[in-house]
Amino acid sequence: MPESQMVLEIRNLVKSYGERLILNGISLDIHEAEVLVVIGPSGCGKSTLLRCLNGLEPINSGDIYLDGGLITGPDTDWCEIRQKIGMVFQSYELFPHLTVIDNILLGPTKVQKRKRADVIPEANNWLERVGLLDRADAYPRQLSGGQKQRVAIVRALTMQPKVMLFDEVTASLDPEMVREVLDVMLELATQGLTMVIVTHEMGFARAVADKVIFMDKGVIVESAGPEEFFDHPQSERAKRFLNIFEFTGIHRVAAG
Amino acid sequence: MDTSFISQSLPLFAKATWLTLVLSFFGVVFSIVVGTFCAIINFYKIPVLRRIVYAYIEVARNTPLIVQLFFLYYALPRLGMVLDGKTCAVVGLTFLGGAYMAEAIRSGLQSVGRTQIETGMSLGFGKIKLMRYIIIPQALAVALPVISATTIFLMKETSVVSIVALHDLLYVAKDLLKEGHALQSNLMLVVCYLILILPVSLGFSYLERRSRFAGFGA
Repeated sequence: MPESQMVLEIRNLVKSYGERLILNGISLDIHEAEVLVVIGPSGCGKSTLLRCLNGLEPINSGDIYLDGGLITGPDTDWCEIRQKIGMVFQSYELFPHLTVIDNILLGPTKVQKRKRADVIPEANNWLERVGLLDRADAYPRQLSGGQKQRVAIVRALTMQPKVMLFDEVTASLDPEMVREVLDVMLELATQGLTMVIVTHEMGFARAVADKVIFMDKGVIVESAGPEEFFDHPQSERAKRFLNIFEFTGIHRVAAG
Repeated sequence: MDTSFISQSLPLFAKATWLTLVLSFFGVVFSIVVGTFCAIINFYKIPVLRRIVYAYIEVARNTPLIVQLFFLYYALPRLGMVLDGKTCAVVGLTFLGGAYMAEAIRSGLQSVGRTQIETGMSLGFGKIKLMRYIIIPQALAVALPVISATTIFLMKETSVVSIVALHDLLYVAKDLLKEGHALQSNLMLVVCYLILILPVSLGFSYLERRSRFAGFGA
């Protein structure tokens, strides 16, 4: 079987805020149609990693390649690159002055200069698949958190990116809305979309991932397939982290 | 009350109302344009230019319009620049209004969250398109109440333009006052200003309700 094509290649990425080292030499490959899940304690640098991949944070050193082309050089046109790297944020960030459909069409029509009539069928198709076609003319404030996040995903997808970055996209949602968003992402994974997902949903991570990386203090501590990582974590740090989500064997002792 | 007075003076008042409307319109529109540019300079903290903007805003807001008009009409010709009365009035209103609009729009721009801007960037929007399609529309909605107040303030400020030899409403009323029609001319004056400003005020209230409904800036 031929090796699948590399979409993102990260070599020795270093990022610091002043004296504080956030990413300390991250190297990582993301292949086409691969789903990479990044987990780790807060402050480990996982969100910063995503932001560096999208040029939202300047890096100190290291190289990032997209489809084999260097994107961390001095001449990088980030407006061009970002169209190929979709990003979804924790706080949805729909544009409040635009309806759902206009939120989705803004990028394709104003940035990519595609014709509105050409994009609408694509946008509607996505909206239908995430179950929101009937809300196309609603304003963001009329939607629930889960609905907003699904629209934000569609908005990024309609730019036809090569890879999608998800930064804790369910972290501010109520539990029943978490599921509807995760189901959309699972479906995208099944269809072969290349994704990098930062999440704290361990069950979801296991279900969706082709590869899991565990980060702590700015370095990749472990990198493995989901079963291997969740069933047999190698490092003490990862074992301790996974224990946070574990309640088996713990029983509340009644007082008095 | 002498009703013939009203019919006789009506053309004078109509003409003056029209003049006030024209001056207000251009003054307000140019103020918004100047204010938007100043606010963007402040927002992006553009060096040198922001110092100039800062100085401009302080001068414009801390001197009376009547003094600014005097300067334009009587002092500028000494420097070799002669402006007619109408131009002076519009330039003066813009000078004053631009500073107030700049502050209003700046507060609107600052209300747009950082992640909104990053979201726009992540969709490939460059600086100018980001401003035009994402930041400005939200900023204007937030700034609307202050823009509305400033517009009405500027319309009322036009009442000093007779000092640059313009026959505005106040000038016409004062003229008739001298002829002994104090009550009638004053009533006409009030009515004319209400006819001018009330629709503007109501229009802005409507816009504010609309933008709230859409949840702008919420």
